[in-house]
Amino acid sequence: MSSDRTLSTRPSHVAPRENLDVLTPILHRVVERIAETNDITTLVLEPLEPPSMNFRCGQFNMLCAFGVGEIAISMSSAPSESTLRHSIRDVGAVSHALCQSSAGDLVGVRGPFGSDWLVESDVDQRDIVVVAGGIGLAPLRGAVEELVRANQRGGGRVFVLVGAREPSQIVFRADLDSWEARGAKVSLTVDLATPEWDGRVGLVTTLLANAGFDATNSRAMLCGPEVMMRFTARALVDLGMDPEGILVSLERNMQCGVGWCGHCQLGPLLLCRDGPVVPYAGLVSQLLTQRER
Amino acid sequence: MSTAMKDLVEAHPFMTSMNEESIELVSGCARNVVFAPGSLLCAEGGDADTFYLLRRGRVSISAHVPGRGSVVIETVGAGDVVGWSWLVPPYRWTFDARAMDAVGCIAIDGACLRVKALTDPSLGFALLSKVSMTLLERLQATRMRLLDLYGDHRVE
Repeated sequence: MSSDRTLSTRPSHVAPRENLDVLTPILHRVVERIAETNDITTLVLEPLEPPSMNFRCGQFNMLCAFGVGEIAISMSSAPSESTLRHSIRDVGAVSHALCQSSAGDLVGVRGPFGSDWLVESDVDQRDIVVVAGGIGLAPLRGAVEELVRANQRGGGRVFVLVGAREPSQIVFRADLDSWEARGAKVSLTVDLATPEWDGRVGLVTTLLANAGFDATNSRAMLCGPEVMMRFTARALVDLGMDPEGILVSLERNMQCGVGWCGHCQLGPLLLCRDGPVVPYAGLVSQLLTQRER
Repeated sequence: MSTAMKDLVEAHPFMTSMNEESIELVSGCARNVVFAPGSLLCAEGGDADTFYLLRRGRVSISAHVPGRGSVVIETVGAGDVVGWSWLVPPYRWTFDARAMDAVGCIAIDGACLRVKALTDPSLGFALLSKVSMTLLERLQATRMRLLDLYGDHRVE
């Protein structure tokens, strides 16, 4: 039996041959390591050989720390930036190994995978409400950068609402300042105040009511702990936002990245393929309230 | 009571969906006040005789913790309400509330309002419904924060 025939008669769960390459990591060199907080590190990567990766805001890569393992990390840079960035929280063996990387080290990169924030469609006049919790700002960073640029070209207003555990855990401070200087309305809040913090204290949802956006003429992008996104989405709908206009970024145990292995299943969705960015309306709003078995 | 005060009270989000008569009764116990940055709206242990409908500025809710000083638990701003202790005995403040910047608010005399609520059950019910709704929102937000969603929960 020829390989062509094998492909033409393959069962639906078997990947086409041309996709097999997505399982092979491409070597990248760490060109810079940025300590964002005490446990969040940004790695700036470049491929050993061109071309550089083409991706869309909100997609993710599988990053491989050789000899340790592989994890899914969203790109934290915008496609229009010259560098490929991933911001990683040190929460386990693989992320720890990646966070410990130094300039010059090699890591494996597979991707890009998954769906995106659809920022290309955001050149309309609607307000854009970006709500991030903790490290959840990382998958949104590139999108916000693109949206701020679109706003300067006459696009909708950009509202960036960020919640963090404590002031020292707020990531991308320089970007937040830059976005604000370029017209975005940035609001921060923390769960635990320190003596030097003179900003807001409380849940990120408390920022919504007075943020100043027109909920009936806006859309939202949410990324952070799932419970936070659930409550934020509900609060936005209560304020009058169309659920169809709310996107959330979901995470499960991404492994293959292309919907073959099933580890990232959430109901009928395979989040590495159908997500991570999905509309909140309908099915997802129901899935988010279902208990895992 | 001036029409201006009634307009101010009516415009505050806390009064949304309250009927005309209730708004008038509440306005009769209200006065317009401002607080300079750093000044106290209320202090822990003090008589809780007022509650505040914030119109502008931010207010921190804090408690004194030995060894840590004044710890801010929450901040509230325009459209929010400060103070529940006027509603239930023994009418004492349980936290400090301090102006973080120039604060403009409507101060409502709690004792005055309690008397009116007792004699007008429809006002009492409307007030309790409003207070309960706000308390519920604050309680849910507090519960969410207790989950420590952004904490170090190792996953790999």
